[in-house]
Amino acid sequence: MITDAAFIAFAVLGIVTLGATLGAVAMRDPVHCGLALALAFCGVGGFYILLGAEFLGFIQLLVYVGAVAVLIMFVILLTRRPDSGQDTNSRGFWSALAGSGVALGVFAVLAVAISRSPSIQTATPADPEASIAAIGRMLVSSHLLPLKMIGVLLTVALIGGVLGAMQEGGKLER
Amino acid sequence: MITLESFLLVSALLFALGLAAVLTRRNAIMILIGIELMLSAANLNFVAFWRFGANPEALTGVLFVLFSIAVAAAEAAVGLALIIMIYRHYRSINPLKFNVLNG
Repeated sequence: MITDAAFIAFAVLGIVTLGATLGAVAMRDPVHCGLALALAFCGVGGFYILLGAEFLGFIQLLVYVGAVAVLIMFVILLTRRPDSGQDTNSRGFWSALAGSGVALGVFAVLAVAISRSPSIQTATPADPEASIAAIGRMLVSSHLLPLKMIGVLLTVALIGGVLGAMQEGGKLER
Repeated sequence: MITLESFLLVSALLFALGLAAVLTRRNAIMILIGIELMLSAANLNFVAFWRFGANPEALTGVLFVLFSIAVAAAEAAVGLALIIMIYRHYRSINPLKFNVLNG
């Protein structure tokens, strides 16, 4: 019963991902939000694996959970102030209500568009092959220029991050 | 089997939650978290459309998400460095206080 297993996996992943996302959005303490964000990223990686893109799932775990979420946790802890009260983490009641209303409206529009779109087919095609060898071959043949551009971008971001971490006088902060 | 529609709905919900974080939180890091969530929703859409699309051998969705993850990593690093710089300057990460350039 492959179908049932996939459906159960989808349901569990959906509940975990959306619950963790809701926690990351709504919890008061930013540390809890960062931890919930890591769990939500894990859930998205699980969705990738469920969709047949195993390589992307593991890349998601490595980059998002291993690097981005940890970086966000570091910055949350570095910018934590003991005197800042909990009430500064969210806006007032009415603006929170308005923001949530806008987000709900966007979701409603998207849901209507998805359910009414005629181009969404119901038949499921066979499992596509996304082997790491095929991805690597495409990266160094037809997608060589974007790959190099990503290299340049990461170098620039690295230099920018180091410059940002420096003091204004140019010395590294102790 | 699970349909494309269910993946798109999960992704839309993820996007809406990220948007809610950006719009309602008063903390620069929480806004960055919301942006990352919206980016994840877009990536999930790419992979879902690749899986259920017409020409999966071309691996377009997978490659696009691969590049998108790399760009998101760079964006998070630079964004967090900016937040650290702003915190050093203002001793706060409340975006409502970054109003020096107000007219």
